[in-house]
Amino acid sequence: MPTALLLAAASNKLLSLNAVDLAVIALYFIMCLGIGFYLKRFANTGEDFFLAGRDMSAWIAGLSFVAANLGSLELMGWAASAYQYGILATHWYWIGAIPAMLFLGIVMMPFYYISKTHSVPGYLKLRFGEPARALSAISFGFMTLLMSGINMYSMALVMKIILGWDISFSIWVSSLTVAVYVFLGGLLSAIFNEVLQFFLIWLGAILISIIGLKEAGGWSGMVARIHKNFPGQDYTHLWQGLGHFADNPMGIHWTGIVLGLGFVISFGYWTTDFLVVQRVLSARDLRSAKMAPIIGAAFKMCVPFIVILPGLLGLAVLPEHLVGEAQANATGLHSYNEVLPLMLARYCGPGLLGLGITALIAGFMSGMAGNVSAFTTVWTYDIYRALIRKTAPDSHYVAMGRWSTVVGVLVSIGTAYLVMQFLSIMDYVQALFSFFIAPLFGTVILGMLWKRATPAAGFWGLLAGTLSSIGMWLWVKVDPSALRYVALSTDAKDMAENMYRALWSWIICVIVTVIVSYLGQPKPESELVGLVYGATEIPHERDLAFYQRPLFWAAVVFAVFLALNIIFW
Amino acid sequence: MHGKGFISIWFFIGVLLTAYGVLITASGIYHLYTPPEHPVVLENLHADVWWGAVLLLIGLFYTIKFWPKKDEAAGHQRAEDRNERQ
Repeated sequence: MPTALLLAAASNKLLSLNAVDLAVIALYFIMCLGIGFYLKRFANTGEDFFLAGRDMSAWIAGLSFVAANLGSLELMGWAASAYQYGILATHWYWIGAIPAMLFLGIVMMPFYYISKTHSVPGYLKLRFGEPARALSAISFGFMTLLMSGINMYSMALVMKIILGWDISFSIWVSSLTVAVYVFLGGLLSAIFNEVLQFFLIWLGAILISIIGLKEAGGWSGMVARIHKNFPGQDYTHLWQGLGHFADNPMGIHWTGIVLGLGFVISFGYWTTDFLVVQRVLSARDLRSAKMAPIIGAAFKMCVPFIVILPGLLGLAVLPEHLVGEAQANATGLHSYNEVLPLMLARYCGPGLLGLGITALIAGFMSGMAGNVSAFTTVWTYDIYRALIRKTAPDSHYVAMGRWSTVVGVLVSIGTAYLVMQFLSIMDYVQALFSFFIAPLFGTVILGMLWKRATPAAGFWGLLAGTLSSIGMWLWVKVDPSALRYVALSTDAKDMAENMYRALWSWIICVIVTVIVSYLGQPKPESELVGLVYGATEIPHERDLAFYQRPLFWAAVVFAVFLALNIIFW
Repeated sequence: MHGKGFISIWFFIGVLLTAYGVLITASGIYHLYTPPEHPVVLENLHADVWWGAVLLLIGLFYTIKFWPKKDEAAGHQRAEDRNERQ
């Protein structure tokens, strides 16, 4: 979203709220804070504050796992992408999420859970030693605060555009609410609120799809209207236009979607980003920990019905054609990014409009709470305790966790104002994200599945992958023609470049890890128990009925995932 | 979600949805008799009335089903006592 143009367009608000809408929004904030105050008494030990007492059911952990992934622009941004690119945007919800989430549940979760680690960097410490943990923890902390600030600013900007709210008002009210409830109840409070927010997001957004399909005459009516409104363009097929970079509006080839998005970026994010993995670590037992990502995958698979479908319905029913930001700014027409608010205004009267806006705010706050609680844990356990104060009572670390919540939110607010001054930071955020996530997946997966990987290899592989990713990004910045090497085509757009850069950096991480491993001595197998496949006894599930086994439900979810891809091929 | 004796998250969700259901349904019924100045598309469906009713029903279901039990109140008290001792 080109932010400068959005800011310029922000003087004309799209929607007006009445007293009922404001009451709906106010009740939401009161409930979030009330939950925080109620749960404070249950968050006294480190285990309580940082891991919610490891007492969450599979359902709670699974819903929280998906909700923490939602950011301020999840609903609006992907609805806009659906209007611009059609159903192709669904790849980010299906192949870009489902296989990785199932892999986390079935293959990786046992190692995270049995090792009793507090965090993903904590797992790297157990498997590869302190240098790999320090590198991972510091890069995660930096990225988390940056992402948090950017999301905060994006949300405030959206509220200014839609409702005309002051940017500082939105930033301070929403972020301080998150700070208060995470400060009070830690991860437990964050998870409670995320489940609540997940419900509100669904109940606030699904109505657009229901009424939109009614107006369009069902799915077939919608497709017919899109063909009539945009003759000659294909907005409703997932895979048919991916044979060549130039054949689809995203400028991407199916190999980029399958290998870059579906493998490296997706597996990197869903299996190693502590923001989401932390929710699963809070599960009460191993079976719940394995089921949580599977339940999350089932819900994630449904999210396109509240995010992508409104964008497609916008193509079908909106009387005007939406345009890019630059053209919108020049002509006064509405832009792609406004498709969801326009659909809200089209179908939702007083009360329902407040519910829709609450869904947008809840999306932001669940993502923000995810960032803050993950940062707090990594800061306290993987930076402060590991590098600054190694021995202290548990209560000291809980207090540090509480105050780092406040400091983390304040730094995020500072970052939001920094982004406001230097808007180009927004354009680089996806690239920055991919610098760290793809190589981290290479390091973690080798650590879990290959006993021969040595501590030095873990560190050097991670460092090489990260530096090579940054290097490729700089190479294309300095010499745009390098795109034909990095992304395999000069037709590739930014998204495609991110996919391929992630793929190469993962490959480099894996190659360096393997080479360095063969140059050194592996850890004795006794030190790998609970950490690596082949050295860890994973509790069997033979005593469970088939319908109680995580593998059965993973197979069911994967079958539905395949069916959906075939139906919308 | 009762392991530590705290009130279930589903209860909080139920309470909020009940409140939303009451507000939105009441607003919808009011607008049946006082149509808004700028009606939305498909206003004749009265989405606010039936969607508000759906929220109310879901909210009441969760509120009643997960109404705090004695052991949760006791867990609450135990946590407070423990905190006071600390």
